[in-house]
Formats: sequence, structure tokens, C-alpha cells
Amino acid sequence: MTRSAVLVRDVHKSFGDVEVLKGIDLAVPQGSTTCLLGPSGSGKSTLLRCMAFLEETTSGTIEINGQPLGFAETGDGRRTRLPAGDIRKVRSRIGMVFQQFNLWPHMTALGNVTEALVTVRGMKRKEANAKGEAQLARVGLGDRGHHYPSELSGGQQQRVAIARALALEPDILLFDEPTSSLDPELTGEVLNVMRELAGGGMTMVVVTHEIGFAASVGDKIVFLDQGKLLLDGPPSEIFGAPRHPRLQQFLETYLDRGAATLV
Amino acid sequence: MTLDFGLIVQNLPEILAAFWMTIWIWIVSNILAVAFGFAVATLRRYGPGWLGLLLRLFVEVIRGTPFLVQLFLLYFGGPFIGLSLDPIPAGLLGMTVYATAYYSEIFRAGYNAVPVGHVEAAECVGLTRGQIIRRILVPEMTMLVLPQCVNMAILMMKETAILSIITVPELTLVVGAIGSQQYAFVEAMFLLALFYWFLVEVSGFLGRIAEARLSKFRFAHS
Repeated sequence: MTRSAVLVRDVHKSFGDVEVLKGIDLAVPQGSTTCLLGPSGSGKSTLLRCMAFLEETTSGTIEINGQPLGFAETGDGRRTRLPAGDIRKVRSRIGMVFQQFNLWPHMTALGNVTEALVTVRGMKRKEANAKGEAQLARVGLGDRGHHYPSELSGGQQQRVAIARALALEPDILLFDEPTSSLDPELTGEVLNVMRELAGGGMTMVVVTHEIGFAASVGDKIVFLDQGKLLLDGPPSEIFGAPRHPRLQQFLETYLDRGAATLV
Repeated sequence: MTLDFGLIVQNLPEILAAFWMTIWIWIVSNILAVAFGFAVATLRRYGPGWLGLLLRLFVEVIRGTPFLVQLFLLYFGGPFIGLSLDPIPAGLLGMTVYATAYYSEIFRAGYNAVPVGHVEAAECVGLTRGQIIRRILVPEMTMLVLPQCVNMAILMMKETAILSIITVPELTLVVGAIGSQQYAFVEAMFLLALFYWFLVEVSGFLGRIAEARLSKFRFAHS
């Protein structure tokens, strides 16, 4: 059996008194695309952010390529926080793409893509630029390297953000609703880039409301509801009949939004 | 009665010296205050809790009391605690401390105004906290706080006039003295107003150039 790229075990996460994740177990196979679906407040974004260590889990463990992320179990049921250097090392295997792109506005597209190559990896500027340009070309923006984010469309900004994540050659890419801030017209160009990445064997975890994308590109569909993992399986099984009533109810809200073919 | 501006010509060397004194104290105290203000804001954000509280107290006290009173206490009260300063160092110190409190609040607001996601994106690609401050927060913040910093620098330019009360030989003291010696108060005050207005216009002009240069980095929207 191949090792999981991401292994989530009994993860709980609370914000104050509110428990957002109530014991999640999930294995993300290497080279697969896993799509996290669920209604607002189901905890899907929180789960993804825990995988990127942007949120710290309250209890439970997350492993990236077999390495513990953030905390190590001490054997007596407790856990200790790992040193910052170790955390950064494990995190460096992960690339993250945000709903709001989060490009740095004072840097050009190329500057955004090469920043970590130079600052973190210590690469020479010339070498980093060559690599950055190659990544921008990969997302179809080879000619936009010297534009500032404010000079790019939303779809282009999101593709720069994907190139930024790819430049560090991560093993796993996490996408947090990557098309939710985009006009329907611009959504396609981002989804196409993601489709190509999936085809190239990149391990991806995608929080999305693009049911069509999830059904056609996802190898695995995970449906969360109220902080619990309700369904976990291949799209044919999850979307096929007989369908879980909660999923059916969720999908019906998409009827008017172009997912009619599925529902 | 006619206005007599002959007093400028007659006292030109003294007035020029005072002019330079004003500019010198203003520039040095502002540079120091920007540096210290940034340090205070950064320590309040990332330093230990007790230090944050202490720095907050400092900011509250300095912002809560008039500059004139602070300067009096520093210059006339300082010797009681073993701090005897000549007028110029006292003036420089007073200006720096006063402006530090205000600049630190500008930078604190600047830190808060940088979208959290920009910091998270930097964390995700492995930047350390120091690198995030240097490479992401400071440049982004600079765009946001520049107008307030220019405004603060202009206010501080006019505050230099208060240094006259502790006999720093700056414009207000020197031109005021010339005016009273020669019974030409109105001319002297008119002249002073012109000098300060000129300096403020120059700093405003420089600020606008800086803002225009930074404007291309404006925040992106989808």
C-alpha cells in the first residue's frame, strides 16, 4: 500500500467554545486529487488550514509524507509542539492557494513567484528568475512576469498564486476555494490549470464549490457536515445512487447554479 | 505704521543659522522617531506581554500630555533625577520621544492593516518571522502609512517652535528675539509664518512624490 501524502487522525479543532472539527480521519493518497465539499460552516476550510498549519489542531495528528506536522505524540497520550525549524521543514512540502490569492502587492508576478526561492532557498536571483518564468509559463502567464498584481485580472492573479506555490516544488498542493472570488468567466482558466496539474500526478486537496470540477477531476470526494466527515469515496460512489440524503439536500442547492447535470 | 522687512537683511546670518537649526533638529528627531516608533510597534506586536504593556503605557503617557509640559519636565525637571541636558540635546530628545509615541501608533495601525492572508501566504512558502516583517509587512505597510507619516512630519515641523521655551536657538526664538529687540513683532511673526509654511510645503511636496512612486503597488482587487 502506498504511503498517504496527508494522513489526518482524529483531528479536533475548537475556536473558543465552538468545536469546528469533531474528530476527522482522512487519508490523502499520493498523486490523487481529493475534493472537500460541504455546506458553509462544515469545517472544510478549517480542515484544509490545519493541513497547512495555518490553524493548530486542538487534538489529533496530521502527517505529511509520514512526518508529523506541528506536534509529536509523546506516548502518554499527550503531544508536544515541534521546534519551529522542524515545522517549517514539513510545511515546505506543502503549497497553499487561497481564495483571496494573497499575492504581495509590492512585488511583480515574477517577484511573488521567486520570493521564497531567493529568501528561503537562497537561490541566486538569475536562477530564481529563470525558474519563476518557467512556472509562470506553466500557468499560461509567461508574458506577465513584470506586471504587478493590481495590473492583472483575478484569474491571472490566482494563476500567479498557483505558480508561486509550484515554484517551491511541493509534494502536495492545497486549494482553499480557489475560484470563489472569481467571475464565472475567469473560473475556467484557473480550473484548467488545476486540471492539468491533476493530470500531471500532483497530489491536491481542494476545498471547492465547483461540484462539476470535483466530479470530473476528483479521485476522491470527501463530504463534511457540521464538523464531521460524512462521506469519503470515489466520485462515482459518492455522487451515484443511492445518494446520502444530506448530500442530496446539499446538491439540490446547486440545481440553479449549473450542476443540474449531476443532480 | 508700515511694515519694515529690513530686519531680515540686517540679521540674515542669525536667521539662517536658526533656520538650519530648525531643519536639523526636525530631520534628526523625525528619523530617530520613525526608527524608534517602528521598534515600539514591532515589540508591542511580537515582544513579550509585559514589554507590550510597558510600551503601551509609554505611548499613552506621551500622547496624553502636552509637548510643552513634557519639554519643561525634561529640561527643568531632568536635573532632579540627574539628567542635566543642554537646550539642544534636550530639545532633540524631547522631540524624538514625543514623535516616537505617535509614529509607533501609525505603524501599529499599519501592521494591522496588512491583510492577514498576505502573512499566511508568506508563512506557507517558508519565510521566517523576521523575513516576513522585512520582506512583506514593512514594504506593504509603507504604502499604507506614508500619508500619515508625512502628516506627522509636518506637525513635528511646527512643534519645533515650542523648543524656543527651553532656549534652543531655532527660528521662533531667534526671529522672535530680533522682533522684540527692534519693536517689529508683526514683521517677525509674519516672517516666521512664512518660514514654517515654506518648510511644510517642501515636506508635503516630497511626500507627494514618494506617494506617487509607491502608487503602482496599490492593493490588488479581484
